[in-house]
Amino acid sequence: MDLLIVILIVVAVLVVAGVGFVVSRGRGAPEAPAGEPAVAPPEAADVDVAIEPEATAPVEEAVLEAPVTFVSRLGKARSALSGYLGSIRSRSVDAQTWDELEEALILADLGVETTTRVLDDVREQARVDGVTDPSVAIEMVKSRLKDELGGRDVSLDANGSPAVWLFVGVNGVGKTTTIGKLGAREVGAGRTVVMAAGDTFRAAAGEQLELWADRSGAQIVRGAEGADPSSVIFDGIAHAAAIGADLVMADTAGRLHTKSNLMEELRKVKRVAEKGEGVVAEVLLVLDATTGQNGLIQARQFTEAVDVTGVVLTKLDGSAKGGIVMAIQSDLGIPVKLVGLGEGAHDLIEFDADQFVEALFETV
Amino acid sequence: MFDTLSDRFDGIFKRLRGRGKLRDADVDEVLREIRLALLEADVNFAVVKDFQERVRERCQGTELHEALNPAQQVIKFVHEELIAILGGETMDIQFATKPPTVILMAGLQGSGKTTNSAKLARWFKQQGRNPLLVGADLQRPAAVEQLRTLGGQIDVPVFSEPSEPVTVARNCLGEATRLGRDVIIVDTAGRLSIDQALMDEIRDVSDAIEPHYTFLVIDAMTGQDAVTTAESFHHTLELDGVILTKLDGDARGGAALSVKEVVGRPIAFASTGEKLDDFDQFHPDRLAGRILGMGDMLTLIEKAEEVFEEDQAEAAAAKILEGQFTLEDFLEQMQALKKMGPLNNLLGMMPGVPKEVKDTEIDDKQVSRVEAIIHSMTPDERQRPEIIDGGRRQRIASGSGTRPSEVSQLLKQFKEMQKMMKRMGGLGTKKLKKKAKKKGKASRVTPPKKAQKAGLSLPGLGDEGFDLAALGDFDDLPGLK
Repeated sequence: MDLLIVILIVVAVLVVAGVGFVVSRGRGAPEAPAGEPAVAPPEAADVDVAIEPEATAPVEEAVLEAPVTFVSRLGKARSALSGYLGSIRSRSVDAQTWDELEEALILADLGVETTTRVLDDVREQARVDGVTDPSVAIEMVKSRLKDELGGRDVSLDANGSPAVWLFVGVNGVGKTTTIGKLGAREVGAGRTVVMAAGDTFRAAAGEQLELWADRSGAQIVRGAEGADPSSVIFDGIAHAAAIGADLVMADTAGRLHTKSNLMEELRKVKRVAEKGEGVVAEVLLVLDATTGQNGLIQARQFTEAVDVTGVVLTKLDGSAKGGIVMAIQSDLGIPVKLVGLGEGAHDLIEFDADQFVEALFETV
Repeated sequence: MFDTLSDRFDGIFKRLRGRGKLRDADVDEVLREIRLALLEADVNFAVVKDFQERVRERCQGTELHEALNPAQQVIKFVHEELIAILGGETMDIQFATKPPTVILMAGLQGSGKTTNSAKLARWFKQQGRNPLLVGADLQRPAAVEQLRTLGGQIDVPVFSEPSEPVTVARNCLGEATRLGRDVIIVDTAGRLSIDQALMDEIRDVSDAIEPHYTFLVIDAMTGQDAVTTAESFHHTLELDGVILTKLDGDARGGAALSVKEVVGRPIAFASTGEKLDDFDQFHPDRLAGRILGMGDMLTLIEKAEEVFEEDQAEAAAAKILEGQFTLEDFLEQMQALKKMGPLNNLLGMMPGVPKEVKDTEIDDKQVSRVEAIIHSMTPDERQRPEIIDGGRRQRIASGSGTRPSEVSQLLKQFKEMQKMMKRMGGLGTKKLKKKAKKKGKASRVTPPKKAQKAGLSLPGLGDEGFDLAALGDFDDLPGLK
């Protein structure tokens, strides 16, 4: 069939029925927000509250493990300033220097827009200052990036009884694993933690979280597969409040930000969680460091839906640099709070802008 | 942020109209835009560089056809080159002469290996094969349980044992023979390409089962790192193909292009949704369009072919262009269109539609109201809406449960659409005109020459408008027949 015919008809129909009609209506008379659907009291029947024995002893491996830092982790795999930046240093600053810096930043997934914005500024400043030493130019770029990324409060808000941390993100970024690791950290810090297995969609997601709960000494509240995630999380909060726990870590199923029904479900999860006895203190977007430019769109959509308070950047121990968080922070103002640097329970650490930026310029 | 490449070109080419050949400076400018578009689509930096050079060679020294505008021609070059890289053919899976055919799944954590192992098993089952799923991911908690659940859903047996991945791999061959399965799909743990111990492990797994196919599972959202990962896995395992996952999001999937270019292996399968049947062999031409931001035109056309009768659609299009489209016709087309899925999705698939418009939430309930309004009109009113006066409007409104102002609004929109389409009729395409003429319906046809020159701007679709003439040019792309 001729493409044009299809397009003509689609356009005609959209213009009349869809876009035009809705746009003009939408602007003229904004629809009253749909009345908050009364939150059905979560049915106790489909939620199985598995109360773990008071296992508060931190896992052994955790005690033995040395504290992980960016440097100790990344040092294994990366040698600083090798590769292309090595060659930059041997010349004086010229157009090629800036091209190579551009390449480095784009390869780190900062994106063309952020890269150009940063480099244009620094380049102008270098010209004014009469910089000829490439090392100085590199340091200028680094300090500019550190300034932009740094200075943010990366601590997690644990106020509320219990405080609820909601973990959201697309599929496969490591939400469940992040909760497992963070749970181990918080239990280790002497907090009572309840994990709520809100991923009732993916096969065996609940089992996966339960294994983490066992390992870390947290309690877990699970629902049946296919149960309403809102009610599972609501029950998790209720259980935490009943036992006087400090923290609820609520897992959710991975969802692509383009699926409007699933994003709606997520909105509901948050609304319902807010009706519980605790306080939704953090909504953490878990983002895979390998993610490219789509990461910004993800962050925007998730923030629009559930007001993300921070980013957890996972899998940063691989060869990917996670540079998209620059754009996320500058465009949306959402700071990176935690980074995942490995598979062990203690490989999740607080974000450090200086070390992150240094790592951007390193090659594997 | 993601303007389509053709939108980007518009500005440049406005200045070039009437010029027969592209000067070097023009080519440079065009190439800069191509570079930007590809980098935003996450194509690897080095791959983009090479690509630019190839397009430059084609642009230089090519006499531009007078009939085509330079933008169309360059986009065509770019599209052709993209397809050349991605490979024009869908990968052909050969089954081992002596079964079982063994498949190894490898990839980073979270790329979707387990889910796609099950999807692949389902696909093989559909081909009349008897697959066995093997859970050799003993690392991630509950990974084997996940595979077992998925296997249960598609009624495919799952083999695993709590030992070592290599042992599981070795033992699965005997299990397949015992169960009489002719395809084995081995799911492995996610691993980072720089983790030497785990890369050695998967090499041992591979040595144990000697797979006929080794697939790298890659997330369509992957950024620049895709190349490093693919090179490293290829170096360790000698890949045969790639499975591209999470294509149902809005990532451009430039990573696929990088991987293909770097390891020279085709994208074999693509996963386009959460359901186990949202999975099929990969069509390179579609991804080329997606990377360029041309929307998923091919899917759009396929869907359209399912719901529209070709003759009827052509007749309707001719009527639209002549401004003789009535509310009756409109209702008919709208009902057909609704069968193609939510209007928002359709809009997303349309090439060249500005992002602001794509982001507009179209409530399908609104469409139902429009339907209700038209249903409440008499046949006469549908043919000649101008006869609708205050009294009739009131009647239509109460008949359809809407307000008179909504009826007026609809009529106004309809009139505007007619005007707009009439203008387009002047610009419409040669082909369509010819067809319309054959049917003896096109009485007022303006010479098509104008159409070739003018980029078409649709009011209400943003300032950028969209270039129908340029779209017409994609008629001859592979897969569009």
